[in-house]
Amino acid sequence: MSEQQPLFSPRNPWFAASVGVTVVIAVLSALAGLIWLPLAQPDLRLSGIWDAICSAAGVPRAAPQADTLQPDFKTSNVVMTSEMLRRPNQVSIGRGATLAQRCAICHGPQGVSDANSPNLAGQYAAVTYKELNDFKTGARVNTVMSPFAVNMSNQDMLDLAAYYSYLPRVPTSHANESLPEPPIVTTGAPMRNIAPCGSCHGDLDNKAGSPWLGGQSAVYIKAQLQAFASGTWRNDISQQMRNIARHMTPEEIDAVARYYEAQP
Amino acid sequence: MLTNKRLILAHFWLAFAVFGLALVLGAWQMFVRSPLNVWHFDPEFYYRSVTAHGSAMGYVFPTLVAMGFGYAISEVSLERPLVGRRWAWAGFLLVAVGAVVAMIPVALGFASVLYTFYPPMVGNAFYYIGVVMVVVGSWIWVALMPINLASWKRDNPGKPVPLAMFANVAGAYLWGWTAVGAALEIIFQILPVALGLRSTIDAGLARVFFSWTLHAIVYFWLIPTYIAYYTIFPRAIGGRLYSDAMARISFILFLVVAMPIGVHHLFADPQVGAGFKFMHSVFTGLVALPTLLTVFTICASAEIASRLRGGRGAFGWLTALPWANPIMLATALSLVMLGFGGAGGLINMSYQLDSSIHNTQWITGHFHLIFGGAIVIMYFAIAYDLWPHLTGRALESFGLMRTQLWLWFIGMIVTTFPWHYVGILGMPRRMAFYDYANPAVSPQAFSVSMSVIGGLILLTSGILFLVVLIRGQIAPRREGGAYRFAVAVHEPSRIPVALNSFGLWLALMIGLTVVNYGYPIGQLMALSETNVPAVYVGAGR
Repeated sequence: MSEQQPLFSPRNPWFAASVGVTVVIAVLSALAGLIWLPLAQPDLRLSGIWDAICSAAGVPRAAPQADTLQPDFKTSNVVMTSEMLRRPNQVSIGRGATLAQRCAICHGPQGVSDANSPNLAGQYAAVTYKELNDFKTGARVNTVMSPFAVNMSNQDMLDLAAYYSYLPRVPTSHANESLPEPPIVTTGAPMRNIAPCGSCHGDLDNKAGSPWLGGQSAVYIKAQLQAFASGTWRNDISQQMRNIARHMTPEEIDAVARYYEAQP
Repeated sequence: MLTNKRLILAHFWLAFAVFGLALVLGAWQMFVRSPLNVWHFDPEFYYRSVTAHGSAMGYVFPTLVAMGFGYAISEVSLERPLVGRRWAWAGFLLVAVGAVVAMIPVALGFASVLYTFYPPMVGNAFYYIGVVMVVVGSWIWVALMPINLASWKRDNPGKPVPLAMFANVAGAYLWGWTAVGAALEIIFQILPVALGLRSTIDAGLARVFFSWTLHAIVYFWLIPTYIAYYTIFPRAIGGRLYSDAMARISFILFLVVAMPIGVHHLFADPQVGAGFKFMHSVFTGLVALPTLLTVFTICASAEIASRLRGGRGAFGWLTALPWANPIMLATALSLVMLGFGGAGGLINMSYQLDSSIHNTQWITGHFHLIFGGAIVIMYFAIAYDLWPHLTGRALESFGLMRTQLWLWFIGMIVTTFPWHYVGILGMPRRMAFYDYANPAVSPQAFSVSMSVIGGLILLTSGILFLVVLIRGQIAPRREGGAYRFAVAVHEPSRIPVALNSFGLWLALMIGLTVVNYGYPIGQLMALSETNVPAVYVGAGR
């Protein structure tokens, strides 16, 4: 019927019908999706048709500033990425070694101490850097650490972090690898929305910003978990640790602290 | 007229070898994350395995089947040797080498990003380079099919293009255009990051690009199956195709509306506006149309064959069908799985219903039922039908073939029905470990265990399939006669130019892509603050 007729011509019935039907469907679905359906939702509080189209098309809009609640405490300004400080340079490590002499009284000359202050030898550089930075900005407060950090430059903190991550992890006096893994470490508690500790802190996987916990003092770990639970320590990004610690039982906190202290 | 038998056989053998290996991985995956396995494996191996299984089954296996079958269609239906034989071999080698290049980093654990890439996760660059090689290899096929058609048309002006070739070229165009999305994502977004030239990536834009490929790729997988429905099935059961024009319209509809619908995979993604999600949902609804047309036409063709064999009554004709014929059996089982899978698909495409099953095991169950079930069972049928003509040897293990097809059907139902069910219970997908001792998870333990049994049945069926093919390869030589496709009840002598060419349909396909994807892609490209730091998988370990 249309062999002689050119295909791309409105007089060709195949052309007219297929293009016509496609355009009608596209226009109707656009009208419904971009205008009718958004306007039918009072929650969107749209001011008119153009507003509806922009909203449904996904045009980014600035959130009204007035509604944001500002916290009454300082929050961490460190942006963590998985690749952060993964490639240290030797000069930075050397400078860090000099600076670290100030820290040795509590953290040990080799980054390991029995003073119940954290062992820093072999700690991920990003972790040490973030904590120092948070002490400096006031996002984390500690009577001893805060005055040290206030006067540090950004480079000082980077150097210290690089130095401590360079030091080898040393077996502690509490090592006992035969201690069974508490369930909270391997499987977490899904009903309480607690991920396994090991999925961030090392046994199964390491996530950006999560410290290595092996060999840390049990007293220290327990105190920090309690501080997270009570909300006195709150520089964890998006409340990751506070949400976990709040839902942990005191027995679980004890078990975790003892378990990690005994790990290499 | 099959002249390049070695070329076609090479495609099929590589496809089925890859399929066999990936099937073993699939069965292992079903087992390790089930309650039948006590947890003592490194979950990293699970993700390696999923990446290898998905890349092999999604990119390599169906692409090779479509290519090999496409070359066979070109030679048989146009009755002339393939133009561009060397290019075809080059394409085959690119796919083969690309598959190896991609699989090495995956096996080493450097690219456990799953076959859907999931930026901001970024793996070893060679994985992506390998995938690109597979796609480029298939693009040679995409180019060769229209070239062969054009050269035939030059010599046969005004004649209707044979249906099988028309559908085959539609499939080639569909794949050529739909692969562009993932190609853009890999070449301009992921590879620069994987090679260390950039450290951030716009994950939202990458997902939009991938959705461009992700849905229509399923129709690319489906087209060989539909070609088999229309052009092998009626002939194999001794009947005729009910309507040639209906077949052409179905393939044209796939070409036009399979593409601009991918955003229904992004219903839960915040970077695409709700209006565009709705538009894609509407077109997803439309793509059910060619499938409904096909089911009607194929059932009508079966009825014609049955009545020719003396079938009587409103339903009595069903009993007169040649059920012992493996092609009859495969097509019937395929249509049953297509029915269930299609019904599940209608749930996925609805924004409201999707929210209850999004990212659950329901989705994994759905695409295994459609692709692994309805589509792959017809790949078996294509192989069974073509094999004697390719090898020049008899393929007579009919009992074994029927057992294999039944096992595949039963295995797929036993695997995917519980899979859908645990999805409704809320079991998330893409996880290596589930704590079945947990009261919230334990009700899923029985269904997951059932799926494992289904997986083992599928593995058995896969092994039987390879046994049948190998037996066909070593059987005594016998001339099988000329291979031919089904003819329609009314063979077209004159045909409207619209049903005999692709210009209009390609214009509509590209036009709809621009309408449905133009703004979401343009907006994300224009926004500068949508990049996030890449997460390197396998680095620093």
